[in-house]
Amino acid sequence: MFVRGLKRKCFDGEEDIEGTLAGIKAIPSYNLQRQSLLDMSLVKLQLCHMLVEPNLCRSVLIANTVRQIQEEMTQDGTWQMINTQSTGQASLDRLVSTDILCRSSRDQAEGKHVPGYGTFNKDFESDQAQDSSETMSTASSVQAPRNLQSNVWEMENPQENKGNFQKSLDQIFETLENKSPNSVEDLFSEVDNSYYDLDTMLTGMMSNTKMGHCDNLETFSSPTNTASNSNCKSDLNDLDHIVEILVES
Amino acid sequence: ADIISTVEFNYTGDLLATGDKGGRVVIFQREQETKSRPLSRGEYNVYSTFQSHEPEFDYLKSLEIEEKINKIRWLPQQNAAHFLLSTNDKTIKLWKISERDKRAEGYNLKDEDGRLREPFRVTELRVPTLKPMDLMVEASPRRTFANAHTYHINSISVNSDYATYLSADDLRINLWHLEVTNRSFNIVDIKPANMEELTEVITAAEFHPHHCNVFVYSSSKGTIRLCDMRSSALCDQHSKFFEEPEDPSSRSFFSEIISSISDVKFSHSGRYMMTRDYLSVKVWDLNMENRPVETYQVHEYLRSKLCSLYENDCIFDKFECCWNGSDSTIMTGSYNNFFRTFERNSRRDTTLEASRESSKPRAILKPRKVCTTGKRKKDEITVDSLDFNKKILHTAWHPTENIIAVAATNNLYLFQEKVN
Repeated sequence: MFVRGLKRKCFDGEEDIEGTLAGIKAIPSYNLQRQSLLDMSLVKLQLCHMLVEPNLCRSVLIANTVRQIQEEMTQDGTWQMINTQSTGQASLDRLVSTDILCRSSRDQAEGKHVPGYGTFNKDFESDQAQDSSETMSTASSVQAPRNLQSNVWEMENPQENKGNFQKSLDQIFETLENKSPNSVEDLFSEVDNSYYDLDTMLTGMMSNTKMGHCDNLETFSSPTNTASNSNCKSDLNDLDHIVEILVES
Repeated sequence: ADIISTVEFNYTGDLLATGDKGGRVVIFQREQETKSRPLSRGEYNVYSTFQSHEPEFDYLKSLEIEEKINKIRWLPQQNAAHFLLSTNDKTIKLWKISERDKRAEGYNLKDEDGRLREPFRVTELRVPTLKPMDLMVEASPRRTFANAHTYHINSISVNSDYATYLSADDLRINLWHLEVTNRSFNIVDIKPANMEELTEVITAAEFHPHHCNVFVYSSSKGTIRLCDMRSSALCDQHSKFFEEPEDPSSRSFFSEIISSISDVKFSHSGRYMMTRDYLSVKVWDLNMENRPVETYQVHEYLRSKLCSLYENDCIFDKFECCWNGSDSTIMTGSYNNFFRTFERNSRRDTTLEASRESSKPRAILKPRKVCTTGKRKKDEITVDSLDFNKKILHTAWHPTENIIAVAATNNLYLFQEKVN
């Protein structure tokens, strides 16, 4: 569930500017919950027990859910949304209450959307339009973590985001399919090693974010990082183990 | 004791086999009712225990192959011995369970303790005689059907011809002859040319109980395909396609996951089939493809908890279901060690619990109830206090009598109808 302090920090920052977000504090919006579900799904895809072959049915169902969310987000045009929920290990701590996500779509249409959030988005975009052509991309749930690697978040525009996202989903199935040395090399060849350090990656990403008014989001994310450092470390240990197995095979 | 992963009665119901996560098979046999205790129904006692599968290591993929027994299926009995098929993720084995109650004595070439005799000591020849001994039940592997599945085997089903059987993994179904281990025929292959396009997997498969050319398989998208092996060698084209149209008003991000079918079972009559998805059990008439004829809600109160159940992976639990001998009642498991039975004619449903506290031997089980509204009555349990670690995934019903076997994690419970 959301850590209250963080949430207040985020939205309080905007309140001065937009003045429309007072209502959001109490109820997490559908968009945020959907984002949270997406993060959770990506974590699940990544955290397969690598000693035994992962359950293909489960992976397929999760991947389909992720695709579904992605499609809906594309239709909503929310790919450009600021994603403050960076990587998966953070999302586990901040899972939202399940009610809204479990309600039917009809319930959603009947007014669960928080209007303020929508306008916030629009205003933001118009601000950005005055800047450069680069849209506000970012951290938004961009790339599904590859099965054998840590999350690799890239700063690209939404179209590339989608492409990479799909590509990563596909790679997950490919790696499930064949773990031959060749494919392993392919997987590793494109990766910049600096990304293996989740901490630097996250902070580096946050600082690159062109948020305009939302510079305080940078500080927003760091408490999350420290809180979940232990998770990062255990993920990294798993990663080392996995890399060891691959290299030896 | 290890976690039980499959439970199956044989064709007469005299034997009950369980497989567990450690690769062991334990067979129980029903005691014959004796004249001295005419009122006591036959109890089940351990008959045989053997290690069916061992853990293996796939060196090519650097992955372990679990020894967990996914399914056991009995063959119909044709002589004094019993045969069953047991499978883990990759390999199916045919086991012969036979009794030995006689021992040969009086060998010429070896002593009673088995040591070879010196040839010059043999002064006369005698015919060995059979002497009775304590009953010994031996299990020996007769066939090993290996290397035919790239993905994890989820189902095996013996054909009504008693000569062939099918094995299904996530993407393929193979047909075997019981006598032939070095070859199997692929009859269904849903693997896409490009694995990136994979969106659906096979979740269960079963042969029709009477028509040896017909089988069905279910998918993770909630569909069932019925195939006829006479139509083509590769049954990628189904003969019938069963799918219930989705209710658009209840659509959520979890709709697909909860529609994934975890088990499919033909009725004994062969006229119906039953499917289990996460929240419900559906009975289908084989002659009607567009919707089931009956739908039973197993634990509808979980619908509002789907996100939590997704988070803790419970939403991926695969529950099985089973028919009673006359196809009048169906049974399936739930959480908190609850299991549910549904009488099809009266539409009466019962929730029972398999736990040591609530079931002393010979005591009558008390029906349980989950409280779904705000006010909790006495003896009711609220949804939030359900134990989701106590799940009943595997149940079996005796083929002719009202005796049921319920596997609750690492305990096996046997219940029977009270006879006055």
